Amino acid sequence: MLNEDTRKLILAHFWVAFIAFVAALALGEWQMYIRSPLHSWIQNPELYYRSVTAHGSAMGYVFPTLVAMGFGYAISELSLKQPLIGRRWAWAGLGLAIVGTLTAMIPVSMGLASVLYTFYPPMVGNPFYYIGIVLVVVGSWIWVALMSINLHAWKKANPGVPIPLPMFANVAAAYLWGWTSVGAAIELLFQIIPAALGLKTTIDAGLARVFFSWTLHAIVYFWLMPAYIAFYTLVPRAIGGRLYSDSMGRMAFILFLVFSMPIGIHHLFQDPQVGAGFKFLHAVFTGMVSIPTLLTVFTITASVEIAARLRGGKGALGWLKALPWSNPMMLAVAFSFIMLGFGGAGGLINMSYQLDFTVHNTQWITGHFHLIFGGAIVIMYFALAYDLWPHLTGKALKDIFLVKLQLWLWFVGMMALTFPWHWVGILGMPRRMAYFDYSNPAIAPEAFAVIMSFFGGLLLLVSGILFVVVLARGHLTEKITLPEFRFSQAVHEPSRLPIALNSFGLWLALMIGLTVVNYGLPISQLLAVKQTSVPVVPIGAAR
Amino acid sequence: MSEQRLFSRKNPWLWGSVGLVAAVAIVAMLIGFVWMPYSQSKKGESLWTFICRAAGTPLSAGPTLIPTTPPARPSNVIVTAQTMSADNPEQSIGRGGTLALRCSMCHSTQGKLPLAQSTIPNLAGQNSLAIYKQLRDYKSGHRVSAIMQPMVESLSDQDMRDLAAYYASLPVIRHGGTPAVKAPAIVDNGAPMRNIGACVTCHGEVATKAGAPYLVGQPQAYLRTQLMNFANGTRKNDINEQMRNVARNMTPAEIGLAAQYYGSQ
Repeated sequence: MLNEDTRKLILAHFWVAFIAFVAALALGEWQMYIRSPLHSWIQNPELYYRSVTAHGSAMGYVFPTLVAMGFGYAISELSLKQPLIGRRWAWAGLGLAIVGTLTAMIPVSMGLASVLYTFYPPMVGNPFYYIGIVLVVVGSWIWVALMSINLHAWKKANPGVPIPLPMFANVAAAYLWGWTSVGAAIELLFQIIPAALGLKTTIDAGLARVFFSWTLHAIVYFWLMPAYIAFYTLVPRAIGGRLYSDSMGRMAFILFLVFSMPIGIHHLFQDPQVGAGFKFLHAVFTGMVSIPTLLTVFTITASVEIAARLRGGKGALGWLKALPWSNPMMLAVAFSFIMLGFGGAGGLINMSYQLDFTVHNTQWITGHFHLIFGGAIVIMYFALAYDLWPHLTGKALKDIFLVKLQLWLWFVGMMALTFPWHWVGILGMPRRMAYFDYSNPAIAPEAFAVIMSFFGGLLLLVSGILFVVVLARGHLTEKITLPEFRFSQAVHEPSRLPIALNSFGLWLALMIGLTVVNYGLPISQLLAVKQTSVPVVPIGAAR
Repeated sequence: MSEQRLFSRKNPWLWGSVGLVAAVAIVAMLIGFVWMPYSQSKKGESLWTFICRAAGTPLSAGPTLIPTTPPARPSNVIVTAQTMSADNPEQSIGRGGTLALRCSMCHSTQGKLPLAQSTIPNLAGQNSLAIYKQLRDYKSGHRVSAIMQPMVESLSDQDMRDLAAYYASLPVIRHGGTPAVKAPAIVDNGAPMRNIGACVTCHGEVATKAGAPYLVGQPQAYLRTQLMNFANGTRKNDINEQMRNVARNMTPAEIGLAAQYYGSQ
């Protein structure tokens, strides 16, 4: 059971996250509208990039970070069955994240930092934008430290006992984020913020991009962790089954920890400042990171099959019919896997050096990361919020129909949004464009697909609003006596584990070692080469 | 379980995982740094050359492509008052206008940048002979620039004449609104005791000498940089060291004054 103050803490994290999410969702849909053939040109492209910056910063930095933090606090207390240590620090972390979000969003909304959430130096905007982002990240570092502290306190009290899988995964996610955020932090603190404050007039854009790639890919795996934790530790229980293998889960999270960070140069395949050999090396390790996802798909499908067979399902595939399809968690995991399948297949195309040439910087990429993150991952955020909500509010969620409708709308909307994006990307439509002239005969055939994706976005907006409505209504029902919160049980609960599967030292050493091998030379070489800096391009300055 | 040690040679997880990751890295490196670059290498290239290229640290590409020091012989462009006489000036300007599209990224579509701190010269209304000479010097490597040299690489002699004609045809745009400032002595009178001629005797306003650029309205930062480069010998494409002799004898304060004056006009 959750402590009363921990409940408030988690609810605060979730509500801030979800409000930022719905605001950013509305901006996203506005962007879809004004650059579709349904609207005439807005004349001022800066407004569009301002909106993209706010949308990306909220969806990339604020929303998933706060969900991971809130969920992490819940996991710590629920799985370790000990009160959360450092609750005041946790509130301080949330405070930093909120202050940071506001600090960043004020210059963005004034049009002083329309640099997109990936910063793109040599463009440099108002320093408060970057300082705000740093505050959000520092807030999340408090969470990283607290997760580690809570685990160590528990290990001290329970020597030799296997760490519960939810906490093991949660701490893996925290360590992953701690290490992966270092790249962008170096870029911000040593390169961009000095330039934004006017202390420097030039910036090494190539080096900055390498540092950002350190963060840019693994951040996606950090976003993905809560969804995967839900796959392993909530889904089998929620649909009445058992987790097929606890060790497989540990292996998956360990593989993410080791492999998801030193692969970011696959985002720089078209960048001239990185050698082809390193691009290949990173492509190979990007391939390696598909293994934990394939392990997960196998394990969770097996776990779902267990549930179906317990419900009397028969035959090689006939068991599918016996699944509890009216259960929201079942719907969510099915939708998530479909989107993960398509998005993962697209990802394998992106990581291939040659195939990437055809889709690089096209709408295909926008489609890809919306399908994976906005689709497969965010739909599991919804599911885990629904699952936890009664334990946070002490009240039952009664709108099961609305919950299912919301999940359906999100799934259909995301498919209608991202499939046309992939398609126009193959046709060559570039991303990050404020305007397309659809009367141009070369672009006219893309108009239909763009309109389709606008309507997909509209469904997503409706679904997002429905999501917060359901959660808000969850606060209004009468109090109930809650059963104890349970995570999934494995078919074979671990009683003894090899120490490697019950600790992080080896995996952290491998993660850092692999970073040195894969990033050491590109970074030190770019640091050593002289005259690689270019004048900064001030954004939002008076003309 | 507590008696197990993680970092122990007896732990199969340790050498298993480290060995596996190292094996993947080594195989990937052999393919990425040796096999693939070898299959794409030129005949006679050493192993070390293409390993370095794959790592992004080319040993020899830079210097041979773009010379960083000008040749020892002086610029071979001979300018006379007739150098730029075109058979069909209208056509030349038109062609130059088309070619100038590739210059507009830095020199703007009007050939004129609004920034006083720009290190890029304004080209609008510039003397065509001056532009032509500088383009020729960039192409031959007598004037060194990592940006301009690749840009002029593909230009023919006629292309350079057309570009010069086009930019010369644009109106000179002065910094509007600034009240006329009295020129500093170095600009109007020079410093005869130190063998410095007045700027205005070659660079416009009073008189113009063939091949010398108009300086009015050029960005201050650009002028200062060029004078410093002449003074310290980085820039060497002036025949008989005309400008180097002048700039070497100017004080930093005079350089600043001259640049400020022309930049504000």
